[in-house]
Amino acid sequence: MKLSPRNLRHINSRRKIGGPEVDRRGALECMIWAGTGVLWTLSGGVPKSLGLLGDALAAEASAFTFAHISDSHIGFNKPANPDALGTLREAIGKVKELKTHPAFMIHTGDITHLSKPDEFDNADQLIGEAKLDVHYVPGEHDVIDEGLGKAYLARYGKGTKGSGWYSFDDHGVHFIGLVNVIDLKAGGLGRLGPDQLTWFADDIKDKSDSTPIVVLAHIPLWTVYADWGWGTDDGLQALTLLKRFGSVTVLNGHIHQIVQKVEGNMTFHTARSTGFPQPAPGTAPGPGPMTVPAEQLRSLLGIASVEVRTGDKLLAITDTPLAS
Amino acid sequence: MTRSRLESLASRSTQAVRALLLTLAGLIAILGLGLVTSGGRALADDQTIKIANFTFDPSTLTVKAGTTVTWINTDDIPHLVTDKDGKFHSSALDTNDKFSQTFSTAGSVEYFCAIHPKMTGKIVVTP
Repeated sequence: MKLSPRNLRHINSRRKIGGPEVDRRGALECMIWAGTGVLWTLSGGVPKSLGLLGDALAAEASAFTFAHISDSHIGFNKPANPDALGTLREAIGKVKELKTHPAFMIHTGDITHLSKPDEFDNADQLIGEAKLDVHYVPGEHDVIDEGLGKAYLARYGKGTKGSGWYSFDDHGVHFIGLVNVIDLKAGGLGRLGPDQLTWFADDIKDKSDSTPIVVLAHIPLWTVYADWGWGTDDGLQALTLLKRFGSVTVLNGHIHQIVQKVEGNMTFHTARSTGFPQPAPGTAPGPGPMTVPAEQLRSLLGIASVEVRTGDKLLAITDTPLAS
Repeated sequence: MTRSRLESLASRSTQAVRALLLTLAGLIAILGLGLVTSGGRALADDQTIKIANFTFDPSTLTVKAGTTVTWINTDDIPHLVTDKDGKFHSSALDTNDKFSQTFSTAGSVEYFCAIHPKMTGKIVVTP
């Protein structure tokens, strides 16, 4: 597969989980490109695909679910989607229809297209209709106001540190929201920076190895495609700090398509956008918005829901397009 | 006519010629200065850099000191033009937005897009 996770390989190269050594090749075979409705579970660090969405819905009800939306790009009105507000409205409709009521929602950034106040206002109003607590991390489109991120922090930064990073606990799961779109360096990728990494190390140091960890960030923390900037320069430092934990789930946005990877105890998942699709890595001259026939658009946009099955260390991600 | 009167006339006409020459010289100097100034501008042709498909085109541009460079974003995604050394930066450029910067000092200026840092470019300013 093209997206060989070179950056992560050494993390698990000597890892043994629950006795038998994890067959990394076998795990990598589980990587999928655009697996709509595939349910993933993690049991003792060994990933298992339980089947397609229909089977997943038949599975036992979970104790705890949260919804994941991303890349709404409110304010975008170009041919790839002239109505980004309308498709966000449809996405919120899908969240409301979820069989298991989510405990909260996460938004992994690019709420707006140009960080304008009315774009934030419109997004807030629509997302608010889900009547859920929402945990945000900023995308690069949310920090291009004159203050380079001050507008985002003024709205969503309460209780956060630095440029907006934070953590919280819910149902025994430790959630960490990271910011990798600020103070980027010429020629580089996404960046966490030393201050955030120091905070991150301190934040997790007292957590037991059995605490399920969920990390949110806009740009993938692992390198999906460096040529298009789809990775985080110092992401590996954060991931290395997580390798002792038995269940780690990394949820990202930015690339407007689903990419999943399972590596040892870590599951990586990028969400679809609610705004517009982007091309698969290397299949276009650049990573900009991809215009598709109107009838296809809603099959490429969507939401995800994540189930945490308490006591079982199982965590399942289900992607639902706006229309199949 | 005495010799002295002749000398006096000659002297006066010389003074008149000198004054005329000085005036002409002054006019030429003023005109010339104007020509040099406008000629200088004409030599340092203003330049445009197109932003397309997440790249600066051309990625390296050589200009004479005094040139104004204008970036125009043709992508459906906003970009920024940010000096690596922090001396200048554009605001977010939406589709078809422009940003101009005049380069008056010779040297090399490296810049990038602050939100897509893989996008880099260079302006080489010659004297």
